Amino acid sequence: MDTVRSVETPEGVQLELRIAGPVARGLALGIDVMARGALMGVIAIPLSLAGEAGAGLLMIFFFVLEWFYPVLFEMYFEGATPGKKALGLRVVRDDGTPVDWTASVLRNLLRFADGLPFGYQVGLASIMMSKDFKRLGDMAAGTVVIYSDRVLPPAKLPAATPRQVTVGLSSREQRAILDFAERTESWGEERSTELAALLTPMVGSTRQVERLLGMARYLMGER
Amino acid sequence: MSQESFVQRHSAEWSAFEASLERVSAPVRFRRTTVMQDTQDTDFPQKYRRICHQLSLARRRRYSNDIIDRLNRMALRGHTLLYQRPTGSIQRLAQYILWEIPRAVRREWRLVSLAHFLFYGAGLAVFLAIQADPDLVYTLMDPMQVADLEAMYDPASEQHSVQRSSDSDLLMFGFYIRNNVGISFRTFAGGSLLGLGSLFFLLFNGLFMGAVFGHLHHIGFGEPLYSFVIGHGSFELTAIVLSAAAGLRLGISWLAPGNRSRSQAFLHAAKQATPIMYGFFAMLVVAAFIEAFWSSKAMVPNNVKYGVGTMLWILVYGWLGFGGSQPGTMLPEVTDAD
Repeated sequence: MDTVRSVETPEGVQLELRIAGPVARGLALGIDVMARGALMGVIAIPLSLAGEAGAGLLMIFFFVLEWFYPVLFEMYFEGATPGKKALGLRVVRDDGTPVDWTASVLRNLLRFADGLPFGYQVGLASIMMSKDFKRLGDMAAGTVVIYSDRVLPPAKLPAATPRQVTVGLSSREQRAILDFAERTESWGEERSTELAALLTPMVGSTRQVERLLGMARYLMGER
Repeated sequence: MSQESFVQRHSAEWSAFEASLERVSAPVRFRRTTVMQDTQDTDFPQKYRRICHQLSLARRRRYSNDIIDRLNRMALRGHTLLYQRPTGSIQRLAQYILWEIPRAVRREWRLVSLAHFLFYGAGLAVFLAIQADPDLVYTLMDPMQVADLEAMYDPASEQHSVQRSSDSDLLMFGFYIRNNVGISFRTFAGGSLLGLGSLFFLLFNGLFMGAVFGHLHHIGFGEPLYSFVIGHGSFELTAIVLSAAAGLRLGISWLAPGNRSRSQAFLHAAKQATPIMYGFFAMLVVAAFIEAFWSSKAMVPNNVKYGVGTMLWILVYGWLGFGGSQPGTMLPEVTDAD
């Protein structure tokens, strides 16, 4: 809820970007490091048999992979390297539009500074201190890493008959009800009853938990 | 309108829009076309705007999140596709190289001068120090490196009279690209840490270069070195200096953000440094070509190398000093707004 950032489009509508945090990005990075290593290995085998010319080409390939591996993927695969793709992340500009070459090159050259002194310490510090989880490269390029717009698998909710919500609920209020439904089983009955009772005006005075779960199902789109 | 009837009325339209998003996303992503050029969906912008409108309505009427999320997803995807930036033409590229890069360099003339001073100052200081006390070279390089260096530029060695094969030219080209461009990228990126990374790499390379020149000059191996370096040095050394100037530009924005917030100042500095970044990258690729395929050619007499090298130096500084300064080549200034 706190990591949603709104951008306003020229059409005057607010689009929501869900900013990705350091853990998801770190995992994506790990996958990318391995993928790039594998790619280097695959290229190195035939070229190392090709003598000095092969070694020269290999150097150029290594150079491209070292610095431009993320750039090429970000430009040609909707802002996602294989690692980001696996974690459902992608890079966009601050205004939600796709990254362009300059932004992508900047954010990936500055990766070197983010990686200092080792293990992305500078980048992590920058992510923790900035508003939208930006490392230095993101700040320079004006980009953010977001969860891509793919549909997440629906959360598992306890069984209940869908019950129409008659009150207009804001997005946060709906979210709160869904969160309640997702977590209710881990609380035990008494705590659930206690929390549901707070909503007496909306859910009535009997079978409050059950009704609230029904509303959650309704909000999930079940009828 | 109730949520049910809203969904009922529009769900066919949504499915159609989702299908066209699927269909155009691959060609658009690979820059083969833009949404506007797509012939099957000439009314894509209108459809997209309707979705945006419906998203606003759904929010305003507090429909449930699944509806709002679906509309938000469609709008976001449509927004991404519709506002794809066009890629430039060859003409635009020439304009960029000939005019915009030199203009960006001149706009940062203070930092560019400072970087020149630090790099060549450090180099000259070490050069002179080694003439006075030759053993100083061992404080900057270990004896192995010195021995390698002497072997490489020994005028009496066979290496210089034997023509290198074109295969090893390619090997050296790859090496120079990876090594030199890598150095310049680190110098630039390191600048975002308050400029410290740029200063470190700039001074380190200046000192090292001074040691190489100082030592070889002292032992009388100057001629092979100078004739080798003069050709690509114009592009290579200037590019290293520019990468440090661009990096300092980034770093100084943290220290002296002016009337912007620090993060805004950093973003702006990156924008200002971008043409310089493309500039030093291109220069180093050119330098690697010259270094691998021209500088090392033993059959070219040294006088020719000096002549060509001097012309290249004039070319580089003429380009940086005067490119894009003539009337008629002025482009609209980059606005601060974006």
